[in-house]
Amino acid sequence: MAQSFKEALNSGKFIISSEIGPPKGTNLEKMRHHIDILKDLVDGINVTDHQSSVMRFPSIGGCLEIKEHGGEPILQMTCRDRNQMALQAELLLAYTRGIRNVLCLTGDAIPIGDHKEAKGVFELDSVQLLRTIRLMESGKDMGGNDLDGAVEFCAGAIVTPEANPIEPQLIKFEKKIEAGAEFIQTQAIYDLDNFGKFMDYARQFPIKILAGIVLLVSARMAKYMNENVPGIFVPQNLIDELASAPKGEAINKGIEIAGRMIATLKNDSICDGVHIMAIGREEVVPDILAAAGINGHA
Amino acid sequence: MKSITRQKSLDDVEQQIEGLERVYIIGCGTCATMTNTGGREQVLDMKERLQELGKTVTGWTVIPTACDEMTEVSLQENNGAIQSADCLLVMSCALGVQKVGAYNGKPVIPALDTLFIGVEDEPGYFHEACDQCGQCVLGYTAGICPITACHKGLLNGPCGGTNNGKCEVDKEKDCAWTLIYERLKKQGRLDLMKKYQPPKNSQVVPRPRATRIL
Repeated sequence: MAQSFKEALNSGKFIISSEIGPPKGTNLEKMRHHIDILKDLVDGINVTDHQSSVMRFPSIGGCLEIKEHGGEPILQMTCRDRNQMALQAELLLAYTRGIRNVLCLTGDAIPIGDHKEAKGVFELDSVQLLRTIRLMESGKDMGGNDLDGAVEFCAGAIVTPEANPIEPQLIKFEKKIEAGAEFIQTQAIYDLDNFGKFMDYARQFPIKILAGIVLLVSARMAKYMNENVPGIFVPQNLIDELASAPKGEAINKGIEIAGRMIATLKNDSICDGVHIMAIGREEVVPDILAAAGINGHA
Repeated sequence: MKSITRQKSLDDVEQQIEGLERVYIIGCGTCATMTNTGGREQVLDMKERLQELGKTVTGWTVIPTACDEMTEVSLQENNGAIQSADCLLVMSCALGVQKVGAYNGKPVIPALDTLFIGVEDEPGYFHEACDQCGQCVLGYTAGICPITACHKGLLNGPCGGTNNGKCEVDKEKDCAWTLIYERLKKQGRLDLMKKYQPPKNSQVVPRPRATRIL
């Protein structure tokens, strides 16, 4: 990795990030394979933090693997599982191991995951976690004590541009920027006209926006997301396009759609970059970038 | 504001009273009567079910308000039947169970689970209204509690799981922050939602919680 994610953000180029999900268990082979595919291709690799409240190998463990393989990790940190002491301690650990990027998230709710009787912590929220990072950079902890060695992170957050109603989300988006967020990776977007309207508003803020690109692998997946995933809306014409693919080839259509969207976002300078979520199909991220006319990025 | 309770399964009750043959049943005339979990009717039903299990019910009563000072007086009136019992099966919220438990040293067994402190929106439908957090924020949130009405207890606005004003945990439940937003907007006070709220103090009154007011 030639440059840090922060340097990439400030370079003015079109930024590409992607993400991996750690395994449920100790077999790291597949995750390492995905890291190998992505590390020289993108500017930063997110590692999900028990995504969908499903217990897995930890986000920081995945970030350490990325560091060991020479990639640039983005530590996803949710407020679901740790109180303020554990969150701060993990930030100290991350910093000492060369992890320099943190994506601050509230975290999914416990009941939607696979440990339905677990306690959800949520002592902090994403805005408070962002402020905690900025506080720790000043050499203090949340208890008001001095740190013997401070941290320094490139901190980011998320926004859901397709949420309905949108205004409460935008109020929080602005609070995240005030709290010190430097970049935003959005929830998946599919309607570029709608996203363009969001960007017209978001452009007034000093923050880099990476549009969330979730690979569609079938018409069924698109319909499922429309019905079940808050803030995701796949327009009917894309569903029809996926359905028109010959049997077994819908994923290729999905790659084509993702590539086309990325190319438009880049060529029309709609936003600062994209965050590609292939959700277990990380091996096709190179194909998505090729479809977008982007070949290798580091 | 009421203590909202739910009856434990008969299996659970049976396990708790294993080896205790003579049972005295105590209901509550206030919250548990209103929720149909520990009123006269439920006490009599419990009596029948315990007898079917082969237990001896030495007596029963429904105390007007199981958690207040009159509990002792009320129980004294039934002292004979209580003394001859191996345990007291209490069909009130945990406040009543603890009050009765402090009375005469007899084992107390809860027949109900206490769910939350709530208010009734429509007959038979209750929602949690207060978590007793010790730092009321209702003044900033248009009178809607983000601690109890938001699954995650968020203080700075909605999470990304909200959709069309509903919560990601249950599509039937409203998103607290959508409600707060709408009410603040109507009041022309959206600036309150834009204000940063710091983390709550989780140790306002550290457990074990007790405080002297006077």
